[in-house]
Amino acid sequence: MKIKLNIWKQANAKAKGKFERYELDGVDAEMSFLEMLDSLNEKLIKEGKEPVAFEHDCHEAICGCCSLYINGHPHGPGKETATCQVHMRSFKDGDTITVEPWRAKSFPVLKDLMVDRKAFDKLMAAGGFISIDAGQAPDANSVLVGKIDADKAFDAAACIGCGACVAACKNSSAMLFVAAKVSQLALLPQGKVEAKRRALNMVAKMDELGFGSCTNTGACEAECPKGIGIDFIAKLNREYLSASFSEAE
Amino acid sequence: MTKFFTSSIGQKFFMSITGLFLMVFLMVHLTINSLLLFGDGTLFNVAANFMSSNPLMKVVEPILALGFILHIIYAAYITLKNMKARPQGYKVASKTKASWASKNMFILGALIFIFLAIHLANFFWKIKFGTVETTHVEGQELHNVYALVAGLFKGWWWYNVLYMLGAIFLFLHLTHGFWSAFQTIGWNNEKWIRRFKTIGYIYAIIIAGGFAFIPLYFLLKFVV
Repeated sequence: MKIKLNIWKQANAKAKGKFERYELDGVDAEMSFLEMLDSLNEKLIKEGKEPVAFEHDCHEAICGCCSLYINGHPHGPGKETATCQVHMRSFKDGDTITVEPWRAKSFPVLKDLMVDRKAFDKLMAAGGFISIDAGQAPDANSVLVGKIDADKAFDAAACIGCGACVAACKNSSAMLFVAAKVSQLALLPQGKVEAKRRALNMVAKMDELGFGSCTNTGACEAECPKGIGIDFIAKLNREYLSASFSEAE
Repeated sequence: MTKFFTSSIGQKFFMSITGLFLMVFLMVHLTINSLLLFGDGTLFNVAANFMSSNPLMKVVEPILALGFILHIIYAAYITLKNMKARPQGYKVASKTKASWASKNMFILGALIFIFLAIHLANFFWKIKFGTVETTHVEGQELHNVYALVAGLFKGWWWYNVLYMLGAIFLFLHLTHGFWSAFQTIGWNNEKWIRRFKTIGYIYAIIIAGGFAFIPLYFLLKFVV
């Protein structure tokens, strides 16, 4: 398979980037998208050119590192897949593939296709944790969690923090990410204790970091590699509203 | 609580509340307007005069105006802020599946706003500050609002088209706005999302269909 690539190249955070065209021959349909980029980079290195910088780590869609905006889709084609799960069989011989970094004010480009997602770490530090002393793991029967809540919390916990929700949203909103974290913890006994403060602090941090607001387009849900639904955003709104009315600031 | 008013969710909350309020207003508005379709206009004239002369309206009217103003101001402010969240856009436009209306609420809102300005000039302004011919119903002198409406739609056919167009913009705006309002106030879950979307479509069809039918009715009555 022969592939034409149109890739965003940017030397550093301050540099003005531009799209660079590449052609790659001998692409195997069974290659993963990341392997294809590796082979492109090998070719570029052999030619004495600078390789394309992109982020990846676990290659099994749990680390949330890979973050490419491929042909108008965060994480490329396919439902509920991260970039590392995209294979070249999703493309045809002779296709032109445009690869861009996540675009958001809160995710500045570091180099080429790599963006700085520290904003998500800051969001987590603002409240995405449990600070009470929960002690050692208690006996399974002593802390009861209903099946429905347990399943819901697990669904929310599937979030890998890749930032595809921000990349997909026309407002670069981080609401789905914050909603997943707030919901996951608010549904469980240990997290419930600080649920109100968490919702207030994480939303305040989200606004401070320059993410946009949610206009309910549902784009985040459609592109989330973990299938996290916007019903969690409704829950976040609920949590935030009740916290705002009841918690003293 | 003070932070609530300046937070993104708080601002969206006001969009939602004012939107829901305006949706209730639309129902009242359409109910009165539907009387245009019955009889010789007396029914509509009585209802319209009752609405404008009702002492309660002195309170409701400013609240309604405030509802519109807040909805518009918040929309402009939020949209502007959201645009700033992505200074550099993508080369390839998003291919993510999302309804057209949901991505263009501000444009639809702006189009409805233009329609609203024309609409207010056509009727509200004339009734409130201009001279409207009067009619007598059971000895009472009333504004002949029916004649005003019929006259507008009789005069230029493109007014009929404009009002139908306004209804189409409103339809699109409501298909997203209805369920979105419930989502924003947190009154939603994975089951109710689908239900609210369906109810929203039915609501939008009734409201927009109803408002579009009135100019169509006058078009068929007078022009054709």
